[in-house]
Amino acid sequence: MPLFERLYNFACWLTQDRHEAEDLVQETFVKAMKGFSTFQPGTNFRAWIFRILRNTFLTSRTGLQATATVSLEDESEEEILTSAVNTPESILLARLDWELVHQALAMLPVAHREVLLLCDVEEMSYAEISAALTIPMGTVMSRLSRARRALRTAIQGLQKE
Amino acid sequence: MDCETCLPKLDACLDGELDLSDARLVADHLATCPTCARVGLARVQQKRAVSAAATTFKPDPAFRARIEKSIGVVKPNRWSRGWLPLLATVMVLVIASFFFLDLKRGQSRDQQVLAELADQHVMTLASANPVDVVSTDRHTVKPWFEGKIPFAFNLPDLGNSGFELVGGKVAYLSGSPGAELIFRIRQHRISVFIFDSHAMQIPVSANAFASFNVRSWNQNGLWYLLIGDLNQGDSEKLRELLKGAG
Repeated sequence: MPLFERLYNFACWLTQDRHEAEDLVQETFVKAMKGFSTFQPGTNFRAWIFRILRNTFLTSRTGLQATATVSLEDESEEEILTSAVNTPESILLARLDWELVHQALAMLPVAHREVLLLCDVEEMSYAEISAALTIPMGTVMSRLSRARRALRTAIQGLQKE
Repeated sequence: MDCETCLPKLDACLDGELDLSDARLVADHLATCPTCARVGLARVQQKRAVSAAATTFKPDPAFRARIEKSIGVVKPNRWSRGWLPLLATVMVLVIASFFFLDLKRGQSRDQQVLAELADQHVMTLASANPVDVVSTDRHTVKPWFEGKIPFAFNLPDLGNSGFELVGGKVAYLSGSPGAELIFRIRQHRISVFIFDSHAMQIPVSANAFASFNVRSWNQNGLWYLLIGDLNQGDSEKLRELLKGAG
């Protein structure tokens, strides 16, 4: 099964529940098998199957709850480009520990968590992320920038506790 | 490029999304601006920390077996006309999985090694004391490593090549000690890492990483990796000089 472990890890981060993640992965593979004829050879298989998983999650009860309760800020690119200059990041990264980053990631809204995972864990290009999340490239960049800033803020908060 | 232009481009640069000319401008700025270099290093560390912390959840083998079985159930009728396309699909998926996993494993190993050494190079550039032995004399730098690393290496006579030896220090890769030598050409500083290739087999094949030029080769039981923001021609030139001394 292609990308089985990668999809499972991504599903766990989306749902934050192993049982729900198992259901999600199972449904993803069933949908992928049924809809394999719709996959166009030459296009990106990885983005295609991650998109199926993510869309399945978004229409699940947990997905609807997770996305309904969080409103992302305006994702205009201009705001991100100027705000990046003032990000206080020399901060905390000297002694990052695994558990702290794990906790901070879990605290992020799903939209931030998923874009970070696709970029930094799955090492997808912005174009692949755009295809997997069905959002424009500009939004990928601004959301990624915002997610990274939110992660740093979350880590700072946890370090102060 | 100034700081205000550089900082918003850092993420895209580290994600490998800048075109070559922009990436070069960012790298040039990082080499001369300690403030931005520190931010760059912090962002590299953050990317690596996310990658390490988020690769967490492993599926239970029983779950894999169950899902394989459930996918099998999807077959409408094993004797119907739909059976052959479904079998073909499963085979394509299985073959694709081997392909993707093999490719990913090889790439991630290379990328991990490169990321680790690129980090060390950036830290060296950002450091106020980049080397532990400061000398342009190869006959001073080479003996300094005696007793500190478990092998010996030769350094070339740089003559009028344009390159200058700045110094060196002990570096570590996966817990194994090696040498990091710093060279300079014009305003560019280059790290050359040397490790015992008997202790580790590192099949790095990339010629570039995070906008740095990279060269690696094996010689006389040693593995060399050259990394810096110099151009392709100078990268080759320094590699040939080092190989000549090999």
